[in-house]
Amino acid sequence: MTKIETCQALSGVTKEGVIDLLYRMADDELMIGHRNSEWTGHAPILEEDIAFSSMAQDEIGHAQAYFQMLHELGEADADTLAFGRKPREYRCAALVSLQKDDWAFTIVRQFLYDASEQVRLTALANCNFKPLAQLATKLRSEEKYHMMHGRVWMLRLGKSTDESHALMQAALDKAYPYALGLFEPTEHCQPLSQAGICPPEDDLKSQWESAVAPVLADAGLTIPESCKPVYGGRVGKHPPELTQLLDGLQLVYNIDPAAKW
Amino acid sequence: MAHETTDNSDCPVASTSELRPPQIQVAWTALTTVADPEIPTVSIVELGMIAHVREVDESIVVDLTPTFAGCPALALIQEEIKAALAANNMPNATVNIVYDPPWTTDRITEEGRKKLKEFGLAPPGDRCEGGMPNLDQTPCPLCDSANTELESIFGPTLCRSIHYCHNCFQSFEHFKAV
Repeated sequence: MTKIETCQALSGVTKEGVIDLLYRMADDELMIGHRNSEWTGHAPILEEDIAFSSMAQDEIGHAQAYFQMLHELGEADADTLAFGRKPREYRCAALVSLQKDDWAFTIVRQFLYDASEQVRLTALANCNFKPLAQLATKLRSEEKYHMMHGRVWMLRLGKSTDESHALMQAALDKAYPYALGLFEPTEHCQPLSQAGICPPEDDLKSQWESAVAPVLADAGLTIPESCKPVYGGRVGKHPPELTQLLDGLQLVYNIDPAAKW
Repeated sequence: MAHETTDNSDCPVASTSELRPPQIQVAWTALTTVADPEIPTVSIVELGMIAHVREVDESIVVDLTPTFAGCPALALIQEEIKAALAANNMPNATVNIVYDPPWTTDRITEEGRKKLKEFGLAPPGDRCEGGMPNLDQTPCPLCDSANTELESIFGPTLCRSIHYCHNCFQSFEHFKAV
């Protein structure tokens, strides 16, 4: 299969697929980054205040890099894409829209999400669209520190007191169906897989399950049985939490789209 | 068609300098005066952030490969590059953010690593690509002891972790390998 060397060389259903994929990844990053930033000044300990603020900065920076690539593919500029869309125009999975909730849910969501990103970025680092392969290589090397951070907390809280274990199990029961929704297939997935750009979502989901299962087992947590994935986010059907999130995120932009800040 | 002179050397240190057109050589020298605002003693050339310097239609084009994609200093660095080039009679320079080649800590020069340590930042260790680096036993930049432990994977800037040295009883920061 021939490599696609530049953004300009993309066309047809492959280009549409790449645009869809970039929106999915960018919007996931933007929303989880925003949710992480809600811990700035509020985390249980100073190190975690710094960790979640740093991860927020990473995720929002990654969203910006994806938006920049979308702009090169003919979409609007990064600020317009981040702030100037209606809720139904976003392509994030419901997992990242949910409120930050308690510390257990924050840790569990972040761990499940980071693992999905690691799997996807690893696949994309070897993909046939060179600009995305290079960006994925770069971002994956930053994300490994999120994984290390998440793993430590999963084990620490999963195996600590009965109370922390119960809170973690409840958080996993809540988050898992939403995490499965990260792999919601879209109409663009087949062309992307045919072009050697992104493997089918089902393959990524299997890899993700293999990655998270041992850590969850080590943490003494049980994966909820036969849960149904929460789909809809990839086609713009979001829980009410996204509208609430965007009300805050877009507040300044909606007052004055040209404001310098 | 634009006239373009390219210097594709990935190694910013001037081993091939005699082969470079004079304008591009002057540009590289000007870039050595631009520092990362978060590590003011180390230049962006020593950090390996300059991917390419080209001359297109008599203007300089600099490709900047970011250390961390979310680095908030990027916009400032872009402005400082333009100012440094303008001060050397190269106005209207363009600074692009590129991921080709992707920046890694292996791009930091030996001189850069030395200066990081002098600044009090332990230089990055093995990148462990595809795996998880072990951040314990990171050598202390103050006393060189490896009797240290990781305190926090995240620190005051995206690129740093926080450690504690059991030999000299000091906290220190480390430039994380990516």
